[in-house]
Amino acid sequence: MERDVNATATTPPDSDPARKRRVHGMLKMYYGLNEEGKTVDHAESLDPCDINGPHFDPEVYLNKLRRECSLGDLMDQETCMVRQIRSLDSDMQTLVYENYNKFISATDTIRKMKNDFKKMEDEMDCLSTNMAAITEFSARISGTLQDQHAQITKLSGVHTLLRKLQFLFELPARLNKCLELQAYAQAVSSHRRARCVLQQYSHMPSFRGIQDDCHAIMDKLAQELRQRFRDGGSSAKDLSECVELLLQLDEPAEELWNPFLSPGSKTDILEFIDRGCNEFVSSLCLVIASYQQLFVNRPQEGNLASKNIPQMAIGKLHAFVDDLSARYFSLVERRIQEETSVGDNSLLVRALDRFHRRLQAVAKLLPGSAVPSQGTEIVVRAARERIKQYLAALQSFYLDSLTNVRQALAAPRLGVSSAGGGSHPGGPATGKDTLASLPDLLSSLSVSILNQIKSVLASVHLFTAKDITFSNKPYFKGEFCSQGVRDRGGSTPPALLLLLSRLCLDYETSTISYILTLTDEQFLVQHHSPVTAVTALCGEAREAAQKLLNHYVKVQGLIISQMLRKSVETRDWVNTIEPRNVRAVMKRVVEDTTSIDVQVGFLYEEGVRKAHSSDSSKRTFSVYSSSRQQTRYAPSYTPSAPMDTNLLSNIHKLFSERIDIFSPVEFNKVSVLTGIIKISLKTFLECVRLRTFGRYGLQQIQVDCHYLQMYLWRFVSDENLVHFLLDEIVGSTAHRCLDPAPMEQSVIEVICERG
Amino acid sequence: MEDDAPVIYGLEFQARALTSQTAESDAIRFLVGTQSLKFDNQIHVIDFDDENNIISKSVLQHHAGEIWHISASPADKAVLSTCYNTTSESRVVTSGAVWRMPPEWESGSHESPDDPHNSHNPQNLELLCKLDNSAHGNASCVLWEPMGDGKRVISLADNHALLWDLTESSTQARISSTATLEGKGQLKFTSGKWSPHHNCTQLATANDTAIRGWDLRSMNQMYCIENAHGQLVRDLDFNPNKQYYLASCGDDCKVKFWDVRNISEPVKSLEEHSHWVWSVRYNHSHDQLVLTGSSDSRVILSNMVSISSEPFGHLVDDDDLSDGEDNHQDEKSKEPLQDSIISAYEEHEDSVYAVEWSSADPWLFASLSYDGRLVINKVPRALKYRILL
Repeated sequence: MERDVNATATTPPDSDPARKRRVHGMLKMYYGLNEEGKTVDHAESLDPCDINGPHFDPEVYLNKLRRECSLGDLMDQETCMVRQIRSLDSDMQTLVYENYNKFISATDTIRKMKNDFKKMEDEMDCLSTNMAAITEFSARISGTLQDQHAQITKLSGVHTLLRKLQFLFELPARLNKCLELQAYAQAVSSHRRARCVLQQYSHMPSFRGIQDDCHAIMDKLAQELRQRFRDGGSSAKDLSECVELLLQLDEPAEELWNPFLSPGSKTDILEFIDRGCNEFVSSLCLVIASYQQLFVNRPQEGNLASKNIPQMAIGKLHAFVDDLSARYFSLVERRIQEETSVGDNSLLVRALDRFHRRLQAVAKLLPGSAVPSQGTEIVVRAARERIKQYLAALQSFYLDSLTNVRQALAAPRLGVSSAGGGSHPGGPATGKDTLASLPDLLSSLSVSILNQIKSVLASVHLFTAKDITFSNKPYFKGEFCSQGVRDRGGSTPPALLLLLSRLCLDYETSTISYILTLTDEQFLVQHHSPVTAVTALCGEAREAAQKLLNHYVKVQGLIISQMLRKSVETRDWVNTIEPRNVRAVMKRVVEDTTSIDVQVGFLYEEGVRKAHSSDSSKRTFSVYSSSRQQTRYAPSYTPSAPMDTNLLSNIHKLFSERIDIFSPVEFNKVSVLTGIIKISLKTFLECVRLRTFGRYGLQQIQVDCHYLQMYLWRFVSDENLVHFLLDEIVGSTAHRCLDPAPMEQSVIEVICERG
Repeated sequence: MEDDAPVIYGLEFQARALTSQTAESDAIRFLVGTQSLKFDNQIHVIDFDDENNIISKSVLQHHAGEIWHISASPADKAVLSTCYNTTSESRVVTSGAVWRMPPEWESGSHESPDDPHNSHNPQNLELLCKLDNSAHGNASCVLWEPMGDGKRVISLADNHALLWDLTESSTQARISSTATLEGKGQLKFTSGKWSPHHNCTQLATANDTAIRGWDLRSMNQMYCIENAHGQLVRDLDFNPNKQYYLASCGDDCKVKFWDVRNISEPVKSLEEHSHWVWSVRYNHSHDQLVLTGSSDSRVILSNMVSISSEPFGHLVDDDDLSDGEDNHQDEKSKEPLQDSIISAYEEHEDSVYAVEWSSADPWLFASLSYDGRLVINKVPRALKYRILL
């Protein structure tokens, strides 16, 4: 209790907040405002001996004291208590006194305010009456004046209108006068003022007359201005004034430029640029120079305020020059775009060069202007455009040469097929010389393409040699090559052409690098612009070549297999007669394969083949037609051993690799031929499996297969492949045969030899 | 999560006819017809026990001739149809017939496959009726009305499509209408498919390089995709869930997907096989799964999500996704779904002429190669769960 009763009333301002809170808490507690922690409160509040608690019971407390304390303690307690009570009393007194004082002063203030307000109210009343009187008066005045006022307004309106009309009517005369006095600026400004009015009322005849007059005069004026402008003028200032006025006259910029450029556009571009440079650029330079002399470089003679005039002046000049040059550039660009003929580059190059150099002058005069950079941009764009044109031309040339080759091929091709029926082994003699022209054609094609590329390069070279500024061309070159090549790959002409163009691409693998080195030599420049990598180009070419070759194999295989399929499907194999000959189809197959071989042989090197036995052609079929076949079929007669039938063939297959029929081929003859033969024989196999054979049917197939065996092995990389497929064919035929009685091997051989 | 190894079953004869037992929805059962010119041909009823990975078979004798095509009735488990070759007086004729399997076949089916006695006392098929098409040429296939009551079949014979009504519990067959393909040359239907859509009123056929659609009510041609493939079209299948979508395959090694409303271009074209594609099948319930069999001895399972009826994958309810633990799943489903080859199965040594999904288990399929090897495979589990979850 004694801890801080003292502090309650006179809390020192700097006492710590915790303490303050506690004091507050005690006061609150006293007044029943409960805010502090409930549990503590609760515990305290229940204690009747707590002198600060609400449940304080004096009796209990006294009893407790009396019981617990010694006399001395009691005395101490008493003095302490008395002291505390006293201090509390005095505190209370001070508080009451202070509050009383405040209350008194507040009452005084309120009373004073009441008096003041009363006075103010009176004054306000007076004011409002006055105001009412004023309003009344003003209303009366305006009422009386209204009529006159309206009249005055009307009159003044009429007056201005009349003035305007007078101005209009006098305009032609005035314009004429201006024209005489050569006060062009005034003329233009007055015409500008009147123009829209005239335009608006042009439906009325009188106004129309005026307008027409004005137009005539203004035309004259414009012409005169132009004349003056064209004459080169006395001073740059005059010139710029002329330009300004003409522009103000709403003459379209192009029109403004056109008449003075028109002679150039009809002649060549060099002249055009020359004129443009002479007229425009030089006058522009003049303007700039005089302007700078007048405003910018003038010594600081004037007052202090003119300090930042040079900056402002330069800004304005920039804007003016930019505006003008933008118009000029758009014109130049249009002109350059018209220049599309691929033929002669030098003129264009020189023109661009001159253009660029003139603009350099402007750049020197006016550093920081956007004009030169824009000019360079135009030059670069023109160059790029040019290169695109070359690319297109090259492509069309390529297509042309392709069609040429196609036509050249079509004619001999017919010759081959018509001559094909004759003597066959080793390829028909007539076919051979037509085929011999293949490499010729190919070389001529590639040489001509190369030449074309070279010439284009040369012309592009001209560009770079002439002009130092746009030398970053190897990039275009690279792109250019790749595009040309890609185009090459995209076209898919028929089989023979596929082969040809495929080879072309193969050539490209060496040609491309050649061209690129050539390019690099010619453009001895920095390489930071991304040149398409040689490897990427070559890769592309190679990919295209691969695709073309695959396609070629597929197409050729398809032709042969179609032949085989038809031959198997259309025949009645059950009722066929005993074979005396190899079927003509097989001969055709061998012939075609041979001619393909020759064809491919011209364009591709041989390629690797697995070593084969010297007597491959003599390989007897008895191996499978008797022994293997027997083992294959023997178990079939005893159905109790079901798996044996397939066992042998399965084991056989386990050791032979899976044959991918339509697999990608390599760039050599053997691989191509292998692909074609694989496709054909597989087709043969599948077709055989769909048919049923009689005894002689089987024998015919045997004969056919032997014949194929005799001739086909030499084309393929792995003769076992042919063996395997032919084995399968004969095996399947035997399976599909109603009466499988194979032919004697010797007989087969005889028949085949005879064929 | 390792996938089950494929189960291989060997027939002693060459075979190209395979079907699943369409009316059976509980047991995984396939029917294989053999091809042999010298011996009695058989129909192998192959049961696959999914849990124990055991195959059991029973053999039914098919004396009539070698089987080129087989199909099962969608209504009656015991009824099936075949196209078979007969040779008489050095003439080969292909005809169609409807058969009933003997009632006991089921009892014999649980013998172990290597029991030698099993094949010694095979049971015979009971002939219900012949689809006498001698007037129309050689039958190439017999098609049952999909989801029908097993009362209507179509047989394709040379250049005719014949619609048959089977009456008197399939013992009588009567031609109700025919359609004939006219044109120059010897036209021949190579295969066909009865569309399950449009109330089963449409048929698609393949001849040479063309695919034709027929309206069965009028027996008139509805559309014709000329040069659908560069070479012969070998097989067709209808998307079970998208009524205008059709898959075809052929000798140009390609599988093409068509929207028959716009036949100028295929919707999609796959070229994964390295030889002729002989068979193409949509999965019955998840049409993004497409199965193809080819004479390059491969079976390829492709996931054609972009043109399936569920192009965005299985639509998961939002509720499922809101579970925090599903975060992983959530990510998965956000992955862009792309058409892809799921797997190429190389268990075959010879040309695969037929592939078929099981009618009972949508995740299981069989493929049959010419050497008589039947391989039963399953969709990889990872994919299965991805589709399901």
